[in-house]
Amino acid sequence: MTTNDIVKPENLVYAKTPVLSDAVMHYCPGCSHGVVHKLVAEVIEDLQIQEQTIGIAPVGCAVFAYNYLEIDWQEAAHGRAPALATAVKRLHPHKYVFTYQGDGDLAAIGTAETIHACNRGENIVIIFINNGIYGMTGGQMAPTTLEGMKASTCPSGRNHERDGFPLKMSDLLALLPGTCYVTRQSVHTPGNVRKAKKAITQAFNNQKAQKGTSVVEIVSSCNSGWKMSPVQANKWMEEHMFQQYPLGDLKNI
Amino acid sequence: MKEVKLLKGNEAIAEAAIRYGVDGYFGYPITPQSEIMETLMAQHPWDTTGMVVLQAESETASINMVYGGAGCGKKVMTSSSSPGMSLMQEGLSYIAGAELPCVVINVVRGGPGLGTIQPAQSDYFQSVKGGGHGDYKLIVLAPSSVQEMADFVPLAFELAFKYRNPALILSDGMIGQMMEKVTLPPYQPRWTEQEIEQLHPWATTGKKAHRSKNVITSLELLSDEQERHNQKLQAKYQQMQATEVRYETFSCEDADYLLIAYGSSARVCQKAVEIARENGLKVGLLRPITLFPFPTEAIHKLAQQVKGILTVEMSAGQMVEDVRLAVEGKTPVAHFGRFGGIIPSPGEVVDAIKQQFIKG
Repeated sequence: MTTNDIVKPENLVYAKTPVLSDAVMHYCPGCSHGVVHKLVAEVIEDLQIQEQTIGIAPVGCAVFAYNYLEIDWQEAAHGRAPALATAVKRLHPHKYVFTYQGDGDLAAIGTAETIHACNRGENIVIIFINNGIYGMTGGQMAPTTLEGMKASTCPSGRNHERDGFPLKMSDLLALLPGTCYVTRQSVHTPGNVRKAKKAITQAFNNQKAQKGTSVVEIVSSCNSGWKMSPVQANKWMEEHMFQQYPLGDLKNI
Repeated sequence: MKEVKLLKGNEAIAEAAIRYGVDGYFGYPITPQSEIMETLMAQHPWDTTGMVVLQAESETASINMVYGGAGCGKKVMTSSSSPGMSLMQEGLSYIAGAELPCVVINVVRGGPGLGTIQPAQSDYFQSVKGGGHGDYKLIVLAPSSVQEMADFVPLAFELAFKYRNPALILSDGMIGQMMEKVTLPPYQPRWTEQEIEQLHPWATTGKKAHRSKNVITSLELLSDEQERHNQKLQAKYQQMQATEVRYETFSCEDADYLLIAYGSSARVCQKAVEIARENGLKVGLLRPITLFPFPTEAIHKLAQQVKGILTVEMSAGQMVEDVRLAVEGKTPVAHFGRFGGIIPSPGEVVDAIKQQFIKG
């Protein structure tokens, strides 16, 4: 049997979604962004909403998200993605609008835009990548950095007396009446990838049902920023990040 | 059908926006311009034209909502006053960098800081020199009447879409708050989705199968590309300078002395020209209508004719720098200004001409 005998449509069990482009991703090996991009792309394909979806890219490692998903995109200023998404959705009420933001973008510089978009119950999806560090700028402390965790701007570890406490942004957002769905997921095992995809699918379905804001937090590793191998980083994430940021639904109505 | 109303400048902006078929207004309250959003909310245009009106949580948010709406090829606008405009500079830089059309109204109040709620013209530099980071320009229109507040809404949108560049209506607390008779434009429908896709093929309307994706961004990490992008922007600004300069002159034909003033100051100066001429002084007035592009050539030409030029601004002297650049030393240039919310009187302006140029 040759390879050509095997490569036939009837034998196909998995293929890259056409919503994902062929561009080579710039992410570090071991990074979660690539997996989450793929999940968002697959959900867009599954729901057949490629022509109706507008993505808002952040400032941070995912600034080039627009290179990887074959949909229309707007690239926002740092933290402002929910403000852009608000206007895009209000002016296009029947289109699907999502932001894709990291923890620095969403939970530090964009805190106000995030809270107010959620509080207005904007019919959008927020994909929130929380890796506890600033990846793109080279590993500085984030609002979500754990206590004791080292970063280039807290080289001896985060100390709450000096640096404040790690911010549990999703917990805050779940309190707001405008959010309908706030969930915390991860993509570090095949099982978690499947759960995360289910969560992203539900978030987009909520938008279709005009239920309010859906927030999908993905607790992620940043092995480069954490100065670990990808395997070590995933282990460290399970042991430490999940303590502070436990996985599961915070709100689902 | 044309409609004539007695309106505040701020109300005229709102009425004109609804009639012009604006798709969205995103704003944050600040004196002395809050009537713009209040009028829009009272008119509830979402029930008639379908216009979206939204009160944002800050000027930072409102200008970024404008970015999002502009990226969809929609006619979107915001308004604020000086302290709020400072917050918007980040967004305006991104909008200019991403080459998006939008309209922003600044009803200027005195600064710096919280300053005063009274009229001023001290945001000239911020308005015409870019304002935020990077090399960019806004198209800046300076209304001097309530009628122009209404007229400049369509004009600003036309220029903004023509050049894919933000346009600023630089008003002030006097023009915003005073009431005058104004002829409002007739209603015109908002663009349909199909019209937007045809007119603005760059807009994020959802990626159709027949076209590649549209990406609105101001980011380009490759220096060669970023330089090319900047050269393209600069060429656009030169094109504006060559074709979009607008100004008005009063009694300049035989003038020995020239006043240059925009907005409220130009209204004061019109009266000053009359008083000066009654006193035997041949004074003329040039009123820039576009502050960027600036009427450099017209001023340069008049500088050959007159014995002196006085700029009158409700600031410490900002436009006077552009006038000096235009005059290139051909004739003396002086500045007369009041600030902190004080509007100069015509008599003060005539005295300043005498003091500067007709000593003894």
